[in-house]
Amino acid sequence: MSALPSSFHEWFATRGWTVHPHQQAMLDRAHDPSLLLIAPTGGGKTLAGFLPSLAELADGTHSGLHTLYISPLKALAADIRRNLRTPVDEMGLPIRIEDRTGDTSYTQRRKQRADPPHILLTTPESLALLLSYPDAPRIFAGLQRVIVDEIHALAESKRGDQLMLALSRLSAICPGLRRVGLSATVEDPAAIARFLARHPDPCEIIHADPGPAPDIAMLQTDAPPPWSGGGGRYAIGAILEQVKQHKTTLIFHNTRAQAEIFFHALWLENDESLPIGIHHGSLAREQREKVEAAMVAGQLRAIVCTGSLDLGIDWGDVDLVIQVGAPKNVKRLVQRIGRANHRYNAPSKALLVPANRFEVVECLAALEAVKAGDLDGEPRGPGPRDVLCQHILITAAAGPFDAATLFAEVTSAGAYATLSRTEFDACLDFTATGGYALRAYDRWQRLQQTDGLWHLRDPRAAAQIRMNIGTIIDSEMMKVRLKNSRGGAPLGEVEEAFAATLTKGDTFLIGGQIVRYEGLREMTVEVTRRPSDNPKVAVFSGSKFATSTQLSDRILAMFKQIDWPGLPAHTAQWLSLQREVSQLPERDRLLVETFAHDGREHLCLYGFAGRNAQQTLGLLLTQRMEELGLHPLGFLSTDYATLIWGLDPVTDPAPLFDAEAMRGGFENWLSGNAVMKRTFRSAAIIAGLIERNSPGKRKSGRQATFSSDILYDTLSKYDPDHLMLEITREEAMKGLVDFGRIEQMLRRIDGQIDHIALPRVSPLAAPLFLEVGRVPIKGAAQERILAQAAQSAMKAAGLS
Amino acid sequence: MSGFEFSLNGAVLTALPSGALWWAEPRVLTVSDLHLGKSERIARRGGTMLPPYEVRDTLARLEADIEATAAQTVICLGDTFDDLSAMENLPDAETQWLMRLMAGRRWIWIEGNHDPGPTAFGGTHLAELHQSPLTFRHIAAPSAKAEVSGHYHPKARLSAQGAALSRPCFLIDKQRVIMPAYGTYTGGLRTDEKVLAALMGPKALAVLTGKTAYAIPMPRA
Repeated sequence: MSALPSSFHEWFATRGWTVHPHQQAMLDRAHDPSLLLIAPTGGGKTLAGFLPSLAELADGTHSGLHTLYISPLKALAADIRRNLRTPVDEMGLPIRIEDRTGDTSYTQRRKQRADPPHILLTTPESLALLLSYPDAPRIFAGLQRVIVDEIHALAESKRGDQLMLALSRLSAICPGLRRVGLSATVEDPAAIARFLARHPDPCEIIHADPGPAPDIAMLQTDAPPPWSGGGGRYAIGAILEQVKQHKTTLIFHNTRAQAEIFFHALWLENDESLPIGIHHGSLAREQREKVEAAMVAGQLRAIVCTGSLDLGIDWGDVDLVIQVGAPKNVKRLVQRIGRANHRYNAPSKALLVPANRFEVVECLAALEAVKAGDLDGEPRGPGPRDVLCQHILITAAAGPFDAATLFAEVTSAGAYATLSRTEFDACLDFTATGGYALRAYDRWQRLQQTDGLWHLRDPRAAAQIRMNIGTIIDSEMMKVRLKNSRGGAPLGEVEEAFAATLTKGDTFLIGGQIVRYEGLREMTVEVTRRPSDNPKVAVFSGSKFATSTQLSDRILAMFKQIDWPGLPAHTAQWLSLQREVSQLPERDRLLVETFAHDGREHLCLYGFAGRNAQQTLGLLLTQRMEELGLHPLGFLSTDYATLIWGLDPVTDPAPLFDAEAMRGGFENWLSGNAVMKRTFRSAAIIAGLIERNSPGKRKSGRQATFSSDILYDTLSKYDPDHLMLEITREEAMKGLVDFGRIEQMLRRIDGQIDHIALPRVSPLAAPLFLEVGRVPIKGAAQERILAQAAQSAMKAAGLS
Repeated sequence: MSGFEFSLNGAVLTALPSGALWWAEPRVLTVSDLHLGKSERIARRGGTMLPPYEVRDTLARLEADIEATAAQTVICLGDTFDDLSAMENLPDAETQWLMRLMAGRRWIWIEGNHDPGPTAFGGTHLAELHQSPLTFRHIAAPSAKAEVSGHYHPKARLSAQGAALSRPCFLIDKQRVIMPAYGTYTGGLRTDEKVLAALMGPKALAVLTGKTAYAIPMPRA
């Protein structure tokens, strides 16, 4: 039990505050080895995390580092530092608080290593970097507590796995270190607790009062939503009306591209010139900071944004959250809703805007899930081994280590508790020798063993390991700048693949502006401002979420109802018509419709497996159809269905879904797949097989650097059982390929396929014809495209 | 031999989809920038340990080209080895493979910037080769005529239906051919880079390698 010093009570009193029950509970259990606090935003969560530290530091006797605070966002670390100063200064506490992120100056970072503050606020990557220095034990000497903020977000990514491995190191350096996790509402608090605690330590979970239920509804519009597409343009009038009625509105979109298009359209209809900004992860830092500052100063009435604002600084004045497009995932929706009204004990207000007719159903399902408090989430599985490989390298950079000791440390991290010694040794072998079947690097091993201890062969390698720390892998991005003689204002970045499709004169949207592509200079895309009616939209890959299993199940459950009083009439009629003409999909059966349309044979299957899995399903089925001579021409996938078209009708779909054949096809298909190559690249960078491309390096050494695709192809051909390919396949089961959910679906339907041959397009399939994202069959098709393009280019140049 | 056929100073040449250049009349096969031993060199210098399979992959492709053409002469146009130590450290099996390829034919090593100096494998070692009516050297000389060179690893980008494809390519005009890099572990220099634009005439072609050799006008900035 930690009693608060009297100065604290006085300070609370002068503010008119009382200590919240969950803050008291955190004080009472301050000496537990691990504690997890689940609290809604605005509940004084951060202060609850810090109160025990402030109390322990109040008498000024502790020297050196006492508390380490980790946040997923740099901005959050800086913001918390400013917020903590208030109580510390007002109570006159002798506590030094500093933050340390990638933005901290070199001098400041050096100073912090020599003379650490009492409380250090940092990110997982900066912590990993600190632990890579040989003097880490000195830096962290005396450390008592570590606070992990927004742990629910970290637990979903490799950043969290890296952090937990770092904490396993810290616990070895500082026995008795106490861990505290601060989390938003999650579906499985016990899983987060296992993730946080040092295995097998217990971890008490403290629940703060969740506050009143949110005030959440679907936005009513005069016009029904369109049959297909995303973006919610049809609702702009109604959304602007809501913005006018509220102080500050956050308008969330699921993708950056949609946010860009929506913002542009919104601006065209914003007759009253309401100050509205845009914020997403591909905008230049300067641009984002400007918007954030304007928001904090209360100068904006609305921000069009993406997941980039899911976390972060509390903005007290937000009184409405609008989610455009189906939320795809109930947990994220609840967390987004929490962004409105950070005053404790006031309900958050949110509106859902379905972007198309099907999303009306999905939004209703999400509303019901929120009301029922039924959150979703997939268990994450064991800790990823590419992160472990990086951790081994970081450990080696700090100094020689004993393999058995490190293995014991690593398995004290919850996510790695089930890691076998064999798996660990394979990772160690990979970092030491490359782990190839061909033992080629006897002389040039990266790690060597001397007197039982592993160490770097060449100590200079430590610098390179430090350069590559981190698990966030951006796709190859190119900066976009306004063109002028001195290098104009940075606007943001686009993927290199998108930049490569631009030719001079093309226009595209970025940061809500339309710009004209002028050319490349060094590795920068130069543009000018240029209005245009038909700008392209930069493609941001990997930002599309798949609808969660739980939400899909709710939709399928809804389909079983006799009627749908909760749905608007236009949508209910549509579903009734589908039931009349064909049937509605069911959870334990697979509905497959076939029909001819527009001179082509079509097959539509309603797998409800989420967009990524449906996409993979499309690839596998068309491959299978190609083998059977059914001449598929292309396909298209959404979160709930895949539509395939071709020259020949499918009369018996059942053999197409043979689980064994599909698995075999999957293995085959995987090896040549672009998504796999991207997955491989990320894993290879994290594991230290390839170095991160710094912009300078790409500029100077382009002949010398070659694509990671070449390494993938070479390994697949000569060393198919290599650890990196094993990791790549494992990642592919989830993520973008999501074969795991195809397996789930196959198990669910257990061979029960309802094939309905129709004379024409069914009501449920009709909107698919309007969707974008058609995929032509690869391989032969790509060569044909290339041949045609080459021919027309030669013709245009008068050379053929 | 499928490929893109063209003539340079009267010599009839074929740019093969593999990235090799075939001169049918005297049965000469030219390959450039093999960079054998690149993975070994990177590891030796304290870099990462890349899959050590690029030598066998490159040699397997070269063997296929030699068999398909029944070449009597093979010219390696420089940067055959990633550096001289990489040449010396070539594993025995791969050294023997290379010797087997050399047996029974004329083999010419042109000196590159990565591998200046003679090789340990026999054959003829030259700074450049004149075989009328052509000259073979590693780095293009701006004023040269009828010249076959390598060094730059040109690659061309082509946008088709919203997707951009990038392939290693030959650059061909009336004066010269710049060859793509043949080695498995090689990157490329875009054809719109100044140095390539300056070397090639305004009507230069880029011949993309891959499954089929496709000719397009050389993409420029």
